[in-house]
Amino acid sequence: MGAAVKVEVPVPPPELARPPLVANQRPLGWISDAVARISEVKTPMWWWLAFGISFTMMLVCFAMIAHLMSTGVGVWGLGHPVMWGWAIVNFVWWIGIGHAGTLISAILFLLRQRWRTAVNRAAEAMTIFAVMCAGIFPVIHVGRIWLAWWLFPLPNANDIWPQFRSPLMWDVFAVSTYFTVSVLFWYMGLIPDLAVYRDRARTKLRKFFYGLFALGWTGSNRHWSNYEKAYLILAGLSTPLVLSVHSIVSLDFAVSQLPGWHTTIFPPYFVAGAIFSGFGMVLTLLIPIRKLCGLEDIITVRHVDLMCKVTLATGSIVGYAYGMEVFIAWYSGNPYERFAFWNRAFGPYWWAYWIMIACNVLIPQLFWFKKVRQHMLTVWIISVLVNVGMWFERFVIVVTTLAREFLPANWGYYTPTWVDICTYLGTFGLFFTFFLLFMRFLPVIAIAEVKGVTPQADPHHPLGGAREGGHHG
Amino acid sequence: MSQSASQVYGVIAEFDNPAATMRAAERLRDEGFRRWDVFSPYPVHGMDQAMGLKNSKVGWFSFLGGVSGYTIGMLMIWWMNAVDYPIVVGGKPYFSPFSAFPPSYELTILFGAFGALIGMLVLNRLPRLHHPLLKHRRFALASHDRFFIVIETADPKYQPDATRQLLESLGSTRVETVEE
Repeated sequence: MGAAVKVEVPVPPPELARPPLVANQRPLGWISDAVARISEVKTPMWWWLAFGISFTMMLVCFAMIAHLMSTGVGVWGLGHPVMWGWAIVNFVWWIGIGHAGTLISAILFLLRQRWRTAVNRAAEAMTIFAVMCAGIFPVIHVGRIWLAWWLFPLPNANDIWPQFRSPLMWDVFAVSTYFTVSVLFWYMGLIPDLAVYRDRARTKLRKFFYGLFALGWTGSNRHWSNYEKAYLILAGLSTPLVLSVHSIVSLDFAVSQLPGWHTTIFPPYFVAGAIFSGFGMVLTLLIPIRKLCGLEDIITVRHVDLMCKVTLATGSIVGYAYGMEVFIAWYSGNPYERFAFWNRAFGPYWWAYWIMIACNVLIPQLFWFKKVRQHMLTVWIISVLVNVGMWFERFVIVVTTLAREFLPANWGYYTPTWVDICTYLGTFGLFFTFFLLFMRFLPVIAIAEVKGVTPQADPHHPLGGAREGGHHG
Repeated sequence: MSQSASQVYGVIAEFDNPAATMRAAERLRDEGFRRWDVFSPYPVHGMDQAMGLKNSKVGWFSFLGGVSGYTIGMLMIWWMNAVDYPIVVGGKPYFSPFSAFPPSYELTILFGAFGALIGMLVLNRLPRLHHPLLKHRRFALASHDRFFIVIETADPKYQPDATRQLLESLGSTRVETVEE
């Protein structure tokens, strides 16, 4: 900004001072430089290494799907009575992870949490790739995968339409809408930043592609005016959407009559769990990214601290829901419900239940301590454990109920096969392949939005050129 | 410097900070300019009022999308499950607004979101891959850290010398012409 002019900035008393959102008073141009640098420098070695591993794992995923399609669902550990094994566990897990992106981009936007600007782009990308991974499982677990398009209301040779009274059908609409709206929201946010990349492009190829997808964005204020309104509306639409998606996923369970599934607490409990696991994954991704990409001044310790607080809050809601489930099982007086919960904690899958309790309820309580929240390695380890715990939560819900339902004659014990395991690990390959490509070619940080929350961007702030009294005029 | 008005797109003034840009914009608004614009790397808070812009109409596109999404959802489900091929499932009614609500709700959001994005693009006349400003050598900084005000020659109040002087007097660090 204005060369060497010293600007007097009033300083609040220390107890009211907050760490700035962009550390070290970085100027506006620095933000573009720091973010664009990631895709302008020579591809670093760690990227190739990570990409190679991810790509190989993605191929494993495709090979497993080909094996499944050519042989049949019998290659999985599915069988009477557990017909919803890892496929549904993985589906719910991945889609849950996808919830943090929209929470950050939409709900925190409506709540005017300005710190979201540093993390929303990467979180939205994570959402999209996680929903892609999630979408694979319900499609491939139907058995005759080539008929999966019957899920959509398209005319088919039998002249039969989908049955809209089933929550499974609602789920199709919820998940596909969620994916589409997340992509729209993400892309709209990208437009001004693609224009930044276009304006910096040195090669013809970059100029062409970034220019094409920037749609001719100029940064005109008349455009910004419509853009901001559209962004606000998308945030307003995404908020009920994100709450509805996991609610509907939970209805896949809650609308059935099985003990342990048929409870009214499921929708809010699933939504809290989804946001919890999503923030876990955001932390797992962003803590290494800020180091590897040199973004410590944009994704500051304060950002990580705040995300830990969200994780703590949602983790505690999840813990409350676990407690409430057990209480209602007892209070209902229903012997099947009581048995379902006794069986979860002390039945054949007791280990899964206690891993879930440890990772989701107990360990995140460490985030009450500021020392823990601001120690990156500890936060990272806890965030990984959160994801482990949330996977086990879905495993507990899906498997314990199905393996021990009403009639003891129907009981069984479910174990996954190597194909189950390789398919699940393979989806990590898919996820990270896309995420690494995103990191390499697109702005990981919402450049324009981060610029907007710096003091020098504010026309009513001395650093933004405002005159005395905090008025621009 | 004698260029005919048809070759010149407008005059571009560069500013260092958002407050100076906003002061200039307020002045131009009060002078009654019509075909002019402010360019900034991020949306400047309060610039809409400073330019005298009205509330954006994107909301109407989104509303239209949402209403049609909900209507299409409800009608589709009613027609498919109650008219074209009714199937009895668990003794439930062929059509109920309650079970039809979740998919219709999702379609409301889906169409509303498309409405918002398309509305934004239509109102902004985007995509537009060619623009005289994008050829200007300083203009790339509009996405970096600079602020620009452009007054088009097509503005009824535009006068080659007076407009340039006005922009200089408003604190612009650099005033240039933009070729068509």
